[in-house]
Amino acid sequence: MTKSELINRLAERNPHLVAADAELAVKTILDAMVQNLVGGNRIEIRGFGSFSLNFRPPRVGRNPKTGEQVTVEGKHVPHFKAGKELRDRVDFKD
Amino acid sequence: MTMTLTKAELASLLFDNVGLNKREAKEMVESFFEEIRDALEKGDSVKLSGFGNFQLREKPQRPGRNPKTGEEMPISARRVVTFHASQKLKAMVEMVHAGPTDQQQ
Repeated sequence: MTKSELINRLAERNPHLVAADAELAVKTILDAMVQNLVGGNRIEIRGFGSFSLNFRPPRVGRNPKTGEQVTVEGKHVPHFKAGKELRDRVDFKD
Repeated sequence: MTMTLTKAELASLLFDNVGLNKREAKEMVESFFEEIRDALEKGDSVKLSGFGNFQLREKPQRPGRNPKTGEEMPISARRVVTFHASQKLKAMVEMVHAGPTDQQQ
């Protein structure tokens, strides 16, 4: 499912809204999620999961072409942990 | 100061910026995450450009141990969700948070 398919499904689900509202809603939600992560905030969506930043400490790496040692600086990377409902729903049903 | 973004804040953004009423805004936020859960549950991956991709991984059964009793017991085969942030999101996060001092957890 792509962003435009998600917009279409939300528009179908909400026939009382104009389609442009579904598009603006999706853009608004994703934009807020990006801005909060970039700003260092956590995102916690009950039943879905949480997003936060993980720190990768600096390390000594190697340029794979030349074999030369290089210092790789520490950095933050976005991290997602699925919530219980999502975990249970995507797992195999038995 | 760090804060946490929740469904309530997202709904109030939809109220302010999209002009949905409070009930519509709350339902839209709920539906947004429900459609993603629904696609993943059906085995479909979700690609949100500029944000990231949610993908499914099937993990085979592997040996495990009950950490309390030390007893060996297999961890059953399962399907799990993984998230990969887009290059754009990763680059934006790296640019703002260069060092380890902010946002350690």
